[in-house]
Amino acid sequence: MTLQLEQSPTTGDEVINNYTINFGPQHPAAHGVLRMVMELDGEIIERIDPHVGLLHRGTEKLIEQKTYLQALPYFDRLDYCSPLCQEHSYVLAIEKLLNVEVPQRAQYLRVLFAELTRISNHMLNIGAHVMDVGAMTPNLWVFELREDCMNFFERASGARMHSAWFRPGGVHQDVPLKLLDDIGEWVDNRLPELFGDAMSLVTDNRIFKQRNVDIAIVSKEDAIAWGFSGPMIRAAGVPWDLRKSQPYDVYAKMDFEIPVGTNSDCYDRFMVRVNEVYQSAKIIKQCLAEMPEGPIASDDRKVSPPKRGEMKQSMEALIHHFKLYTEGFHVPAGEVYVGTESPKGEFGVYLVSDGSNKPYRCKIRPTAFSHLQAMDFMSKGHMLPDATAILGAIDVVFGECDR
Amino acid sequence: MAVLHSAPKITSNEGVAAALSGALGDMLLAAKEEHGEIVLTVKRGSIESALRLLRDDHEYQQLMEMAGADYPDRAERFEVVYMLLSLTKNHRVMVKVSTDEASSVPTVTTLWPNAGWLEREVFDMYGVLFAGNSDLRRILTDYGFEGHPFRKDFPLTGYNELRYSEEEKRVVYEPVELAQDLRQFDFMSPWEGAEYVLPGDEKAAATADGGEKS
Repeated sequence: MTLQLEQSPTTGDEVINNYTINFGPQHPAAHGVLRMVMELDGEIIERIDPHVGLLHRGTEKLIEQKTYLQALPYFDRLDYCSPLCQEHSYVLAIEKLLNVEVPQRAQYLRVLFAELTRISNHMLNIGAHVMDVGAMTPNLWVFELREDCMNFFERASGARMHSAWFRPGGVHQDVPLKLLDDIGEWVDNRLPELFGDAMSLVTDNRIFKQRNVDIAIVSKEDAIAWGFSGPMIRAAGVPWDLRKSQPYDVYAKMDFEIPVGTNSDCYDRFMVRVNEVYQSAKIIKQCLAEMPEGPIASDDRKVSPPKRGEMKQSMEALIHHFKLYTEGFHVPAGEVYVGTESPKGEFGVYLVSDGSNKPYRCKIRPTAFSHLQAMDFMSKGHMLPDATAILGAIDVVFGECDR
Repeated sequence: MAVLHSAPKITSNEGVAAALSGALGDMLLAAKEEHGEIVLTVKRGSIESALRLLRDDHEYQQLMEMAGADYPDRAERFEVVYMLLSLTKNHRVMVKVSTDEASSVPTVTTLWPNAGWLEREVFDMYGVLFAGNSDLRRILTDYGFEGHPFRKDFPLTGYNELRYSEEEKRVVYEPVELAQDLRQFDFMSPWEGAEYVLPGDEKAAATADGGEKS
């Protein structure tokens, strides 16, 4: 008995062994169904093994069974916080294979709504992140803005979340006239006011900073090696934004800045997102000012359907419509990888076509995969409650991660 | 062909395929450029050194994605595709290897730490083995799952389904039972390569045979 006491490194204390706990699969701060097996030394995290896949639905296999157009709505259901940005990658991949031209107005509409989606996504993430570290009010406020975005989506496409509004060759329908005015009004007045109010509670808040500053610092080299993208790599000080470096649609004409972090901690990731909201607002304003009149979809009738009015007059239009919604269009054989800047990072689609009307293989690159994988090395040595802050700053949604 | 689409624009591909092919030397099997994408096929055994060369000497710093694909008609049915991104050159290339169920692909976790999960996913979905990956567990499918669901010969409905059993007070696994057959709509026009014989067409084939005999 005495011998044991002498061997103990902390004489007089109880010897505490490492123990393992389950974080999730159902946990309010896990942002979905994530199970993390955590090895703890007291309250210090030693190792994290994230178990993903609890929401795996085999989306990629289902897409192989559908025509190109039928597969589109699956993309809304991946990252259900930023549906239109997922569609963007997919339609661009199809257009790249088809080499079809998209009219200017459609490109502007897509950029406009992609940026609205970015704002609505960041509203959710910023709110949830703040709530994860203990604040309640800002979340309720920014959800009002998210609700406004949802209403705009509904007025454009008829659906609040699963819009299926971006189509190969353009967008599905033109927007109602007043919608653009209302968006302009909202971006000018309501967004800066409400968002500014909510952020004034958070950004300089002592408790918020204590929970986020210097948590999960990732060096520039690590961020690149781990395949980070989006706000995660920008917070590390790398000014990498696909909208700027590899512009698609009319992003090349847009005048906006890339916010970057200096310290690469959870606070920087948060602030990058906050600043991105203002940059998105700037892009939206520019889109509204410059948007031309004109068609909203390609006039290639082998890809995009004719107008309803045309179908009542022309037999050919009727045949085109029928063929497009039964057989679908055939896509030339080949393979492309298209990555776009979704609010969470690079969302990529690797599309293989065998020349038929269905994709042969459609691989989706989720943004969360490389970020969540880094969870282990980011959390090492931090306290257990920091795990929620780190997870909140990653901005992970399991619909997209697990597919 | 003129570029009409508005997909992401990267730095020009001009000369890149030739330069990379030259650098890869005899590790390279094929190089092609289609739809604005450079695809380099390399030997399976040398994938790690090929990617190391591209990362260190040609500035492709990030491994953004790994995709598996199944082509059952080929002798080596699986393809593993690595999507590389260069932040400094603002350029992308795809690198491919082919493999089958038995032979393993060398791991690239030695080059990029995020390759671990990507390889686990390809293994889970296609059963491709990665030699040297120390943590090749399943990732997306259920605990205790059998088979590789993204193979073309794996049925869409799967083999097992699960439900909560009120009697046993737990989740039970059962073989899939469909109330009706899974409906596969074939919208291809019959004159454009349908894979079935149209009703009545078998008679035409019979007379054609008969005609030859006489």
